[in-house]
Amino acid sequence: MDFLNAIIALLNFVVVPAVAYGSQLALGALGVTLIYGILRFSNFAHGDTMAFGAMVTVLFTWLFQSWGISLGPLPTALLALPFGILGCMGLLLATDRVVYRFYREQKAKPVILVIVSLGVTFIMNGIVRFIIGPDDQRFADGERFIVSARTFKEMTGLREGLAIKTTQGITVITAVVVVALLFWFLNRTRTGKSMRAYSDNEDLALLSGINPERVVMITWLIVAALATIAGVLYGLDKSFKPFTYFQLLLPIFASAIVGGLGNPIGAIAGGFVIAFSEVTVTYAWKKVLTYLVPERFEPDTLVQLLSTDYKLAVSFLILLIVLLFKPTGLFKGKSV
Amino acid sequence: MNPALKNTLLFLIVALMIIYTGFSQSWNTALVVVNMGLISAIMALGVNLQWGFAGLFNVGIMGFVALGGLAAVLMGVPPTPGAWSAGGWNILGAFVFAIAAIAAIVVIRGKMVPGWPRAFVVFALICAGFFGYRALFDPGVVAIEAINPALTGNLGGLGIDRGLWVVLAWPVGGLFAAAAAWVIGKTALGLRSDYLAIATLGIAEIIIAVLKNEDWLARGVKNVVGLPRPTPYEIDLQNDPAFVDRAAGYGLDAVTASTLYVKLLYAGLFTVVLVILLVLAQRALNSPWGRMMRAIRDNEVAAEAMGKDVTARHLQIFVLGSAICGIAGAMMTTLDGQLTPGTYQPLRFTFLVWVMVIVGGSGNNFGAVLGGFLIWFLWVQVEPMGLWVMQMVTSGMADGSALKAHLIESAAHMRLFTMGLVLLLVLRFSPRGLIPEK
Repeated sequence: MDFLNAIIALLNFVVVPAVAYGSQLALGALGVTLIYGILRFSNFAHGDTMAFGAMVTVLFTWLFQSWGISLGPLPTALLALPFGILGCMGLLLATDRVVYRFYREQKAKPVILVIVSLGVTFIMNGIVRFIIGPDDQRFADGERFIVSARTFKEMTGLREGLAIKTTQGITVITAVVVVALLFWFLNRTRTGKSMRAYSDNEDLALLSGINPERVVMITWLIVAALATIAGVLYGLDKSFKPFTYFQLLLPIFASAIVGGLGNPIGAIAGGFVIAFSEVTVTYAWKKVLTYLVPERFEPDTLVQLLSTDYKLAVSFLILLIVLLFKPTGLFKGKSV
Repeated sequence: MNPALKNTLLFLIVALMIIYTGFSQSWNTALVVVNMGLISAIMALGVNLQWGFAGLFNVGIMGFVALGGLAAVLMGVPPTPGAWSAGGWNILGAFVFAIAAIAAIVVIRGKMVPGWPRAFVVFALICAGFFGYRALFDPGVVAIEAINPALTGNLGGLGIDRGLWVVLAWPVGGLFAAAAAWVIGKTALGLRSDYLAIATLGIAEIIIAVLKNEDWLARGVKNVVGLPRPTPYEIDLQNDPAFVDRAAGYGLDAVTASTLYVKLLYAGLFTVVLVILLVLAQRALNSPWGRMMRAIRDNEVAAEAMGKDVTARHLQIFVLGSAICGIAGAMMTTLDGQLTPGTYQPLRFTFLVWVMVIVGGSGNNFGAVLGGFLIWFLWVQVEPMGLWVMQMVTSGMADGSALKAHLIESAAHMRLFTMGLVLLLVLRFSPRGLIPEK
């Protein structure tokens, strides 16, 4: 019986990665949920929007690295992030002008917009692959760990080490800052309030003189920022590969729906629900259990509920359960 | 120009383009395009049933196609000796146990009053059921995968490999896809339309993950090769003096003649399937059932007020459409002779079929068939065209410059861009497609 080591092992292999992954999903799901709330369709192009923003950031990071600019222990990508956001904003505004606005004026059915967003997905995907290629790109630099497993062991004398990667720390801090800013904007500023009004009741908002085109534009700008930040954080934490961003769509949508589509608080909660379920279900619990149970009962298998190849299946199962029992999500979202 | 003439002309143009490929490149290439075009046309028919008739948005076509392919494998490969006695019954028992456990949980949940105790009991039962399932399932998998892992290591199938009987796998592929579609439809239909899209996107990825990782089923990424085929093998034809003589009579050497002959046989079989499905789809479209479907699509509220069970009809047509995609998937796997789960990508199998339906004309079966041939032809030809364009663009640049190399290398990714663009342009400027619905 060794509770302390068990807790450290749990923190190291489950809690820390899940918190980082959950923050990335939450930021992604916030973007999806905002589009859903304001523009009223499920944006399938969100994964590739993240990929595009991250790509611009990667390119600027390489530029800065070639100039010898760096942030010391922090990754240079943070410096390039604003440029990535600007690039992504440009792309989204252009897409809205060229593609989505036409269907908005026509008052097309949401499902048409979903198909259109699928077309946009592949155009964006094509652009990203065209510019940076389909391969893995590494752009993280600076210090690798805030606390490495070895220093932690030396400090505490425990058998288990706790490693916190710099990217994980940055992910969580950035996510907290971004979410705080977003909620301040939505709840305290005039523009934010007009956005919420538009999301709640379009006709009433129009009657009170809110300019819909302005609301839509600001939504795209916020979504561009959220998507780029989420994409860069994910890329820093894992690595940047265009195709993985398309595959992130399922967990991101699952997060948004679990929390309640259209509800920002729900998106954040959903992100963490999905991340924690994915990590706990696919983690091999043998290590933690050996510390907790008497020696005689030590498990001889890995005690892994599902192999890591089925990560997607976890988000999917949660999605199905929510759709079956509570289609509006944990927090009341819209159900049109 | 009257519509019938225009449609015939459209089909003629596509046929001419394929024939031109035959003259300019090779007849083998042209027949490959025809065969995959036939399969694509069947997939497009399935999606047209869902989208054109009923307005259901399915982005999981890839998964249903792959399930059809799995059927071709399971029907075709011979059973691995000893696999059933080693672990097959364990796995089967695990599945029976899982179904029984789910049924028991559903019954118990129905009997108890809602509240925390019920939630706790249900959760505990789910956990117990899961561990029980794994306890039965895991030893079976280990035992099966240990049998000659370099060659088999899978359960094997029915081993139907006699001539035309192989074709039996195709309707079975439809059944597999229909079963998966029923589960998805049962959960996601009746909710908002985008939920079906997200659920189908998920099931497709999961089916591919299962096919990649469950080695006991169809050897996962190790692939089962040499699936039985309904046509003779080229090598047998080349060793058959009668065939060689006949080929020489047409002025062809034995190798070319045998490959062309086999491809033509496939084309014949596929055409039969396509014609049967097309006739059925046409009959369905013009039947009272078809009219009801379109009424539901155009105004759900009104249809519901007329006493139509919208959710049940949606489920019905969703299952039917997915089954057609499964049939096409089984045909494709039989044609390829192997199932390679790694090559299933949403772009190729979901998105491309959507482009076919929308470009061809959603709601019109002939439109879907035309779209299937046309878009498949473009899909095959866009890559060489993209490369050619890139070479033109970069012809002024110095040889060996990094930009030139990069541009030429990324020409392959232009397919995604082109297909996305085609879809958006058609949706915007001609949303009814080449052959519009009547």
